[in-house]
Amino acid sequence: MHNQENTPVADELKNLSPDMFAPASESSVQDNEKIAAPSLSFIQDSWRRLKKNKAAVVSLIVLTIMIILTIAAPLVAPHDPNVQTVEFASLPPKIPGIGIDGLNGTQAVGDTRVDKYAEKGVPEGQYYILGTDSLGRDLLSRILYGTRVSLIIAFVAAFFDLTIGVTYGLVSGWCGGKIDNFMQRVLEILSGVPNLVVVILMLLVLDPGIMSIIIALAITGWISMARVVRAQTLKLKNQEYILAARTLGESSIKIAFKHLIPNLSGVIIIQTMFSIPSAIFFEAFLSFIGIGIPAPTASLGTLINDGYKTFRFLPHLMWYPAAVICILMISFNLLADGLRDAFDPKMKD
Amino acid sequence: MKSYARFLGKRVLYMLLTLFLIASITFFLMKLLPGTPYSNQDKLSEEQIYIMNEQYGLNEPVAVQYLVYIGGLLKGDLGTSFQFNNTPVTKLLSTRIGPSLQLGIQAVALGTILGIVLGVIAAMYQNTWIDTLATFSAILGRSIPNFVIAVLLQLIFGVYLQWFPIALWDGGFSSSVLPTLALTISPLADSARFIRTEMVDVLSSDYVELARAKGLSRWTVAFKHGVRNALIPLVTILGPMAVGLMTGSMVVENIYAIPGIGEQFVKSIMTNDYPTIMGVTILYSAMLVFIILVVDILYGVIDPRIRVSNEGGDK
Repeated sequence: MHNQENTPVADELKNLSPDMFAPASESSVQDNEKIAAPSLSFIQDSWRRLKKNKAAVVSLIVLTIMIILTIAAPLVAPHDPNVQTVEFASLPPKIPGIGIDGLNGTQAVGDTRVDKYAEKGVPEGQYYILGTDSLGRDLLSRILYGTRVSLIIAFVAAFFDLTIGVTYGLVSGWCGGKIDNFMQRVLEILSGVPNLVVVILMLLVLDPGIMSIIIALAITGWISMARVVRAQTLKLKNQEYILAARTLGESSIKIAFKHLIPNLSGVIIIQTMFSIPSAIFFEAFLSFIGIGIPAPTASLGTLINDGYKTFRFLPHLMWYPAAVICILMISFNLLADGLRDAFDPKMKD
Repeated sequence: MKSYARFLGKRVLYMLLTLFLIASITFFLMKLLPGTPYSNQDKLSEEQIYIMNEQYGLNEPVAVQYLVYIGGLLKGDLGTSFQFNNTPVTKLLSTRIGPSLQLGIQAVALGTILGIVLGVIAAMYQNTWIDTLATFSAILGRSIPNFVIAVLLQLIFGVYLQWFPIALWDGGFSSSVLPTLALTISPLADSARFIRTEMVDVLSSDYVELARAKGLSRWTVAFKHGVRNALIPLVTILGPMAVGLMTGSMVVENIYAIPGIGEQFVKSIMTNDYPTIMGVTILYSAMLVFIILVVDILYGVIDPRIRVSNEGGDK
């Protein structure tokens, strides 16, 4: 044990001189503490995760294009959607420069293909890209305007769902006690009513039109939003930061806007995203059974309904609007799914 | 047990209250509607209208009409149809409930079974292309409106292939195939999605790992231990499923010309046949409220954990 004191390491330690040391600079300490990745806000973080979901990104792009097209419908639409040119009725699609049967203005009559455009004397250079309906209205223009109507209904109805549902849920969850109990009993009774029935009854009572459909959808749509928001509020209410805000004497309204709603934004956005496609579906459904948007205004539902009446002979009148509504619904659902995954804190990596 | 009975009693009370409210609201909404039930009013003299109003009880004050209506409801009398040959609404609907019920039950059965299979497969191959495919088909099923699917099926199998009648109801199997398929899609998509989520949870639980550890194959474990537990929450979506079927039946029955409740409802809406509209409204609500009640009860029966927590250790 005794002679081990003179090991080479110990010798070296003895030889250390003061000038071999340098004072640690302050900056090197800061470098160690530096956070390499930029800090992300809630929205940035969700956006980052949403971008990883290819289906959601594609849906987002598709929806953006469709929304821009429908907003610009008055500029983009080649014809007036409501002007009837009866002599050019029921024309098949004709796209300039494409010679494929079905898209070149010809239609099968018996075994031969007849150029309907020549037959009806449509001037050279006038095209109906998706054909015309039985009153000679341009289908493409009607689809553009129809999608616009459907989207307006969906967005406004979703907005009402959001405001009514969030308010109801917040009040119910925040106040608690007897108020909560009463409000929940009301919800329980309301959820026993099939919303289809309410919507139809409302449409019978109100004058048919865009506004009536929006009101009817708004009356029924907010219930699930209210439930989700209430459940989340109950959870958040007991968090320390809410308690702190309360202790500091913040008013309930301020707490709701400053602390609750930002923390609820994830579930609110998801819920809203799911209510948009269901509103689109309901509008189309109502128009399809004939109590939706009155003529001549087009919506996707009325277009499908009109197309269905003649779909054995002019199938394109039904398939094009049907395809548009399917693309819309699929995109909204995929995007909503993607958003749910992006906002779900359990998935955080 | 006592508190469970109390819980049930409370549920039944709410159910009746809901139905009463719905009946009242529809009654007063119908009174708000413009127009009269007589399609040829211009040709009628005032005396004739008076006599007809007297016959239908429409000359009484609204409050009296309301009491008469509610009284009739308690006896199962939904009033008399203004259209359709003055048939009592109860009779009109009871002849039509058969086809609707048959289609609904077939669609739910087929949809849930296929949905469970699809959901289990998706969960077993989680995060592979099979899962992606299954999930995407479920989204397709949820997204494509049922009337588009119904028309598509009608075109392919009715018009082109001619395997099944285009639009016909003879109570036989072949005439029910296409409408059932059209109605199946949405319960299928819903249950597949639901089962997948549940199965992913269940498959990572301890008892599944234990079952695997004792040497059972993956699929035996999935079907013997997994599905049973994943099925429990599926009961809860029976309510929304029923609503979806009611909505679906209105268009599907119209497209395939099926003499069911949905088709009658649309016809009555078109002809302002208020008593029938009210009748269907109350019938649909009663069905939904009843299903919600059954789900609540079933849930306690299937999952002992819930029953225990409901009974609060009274045993």
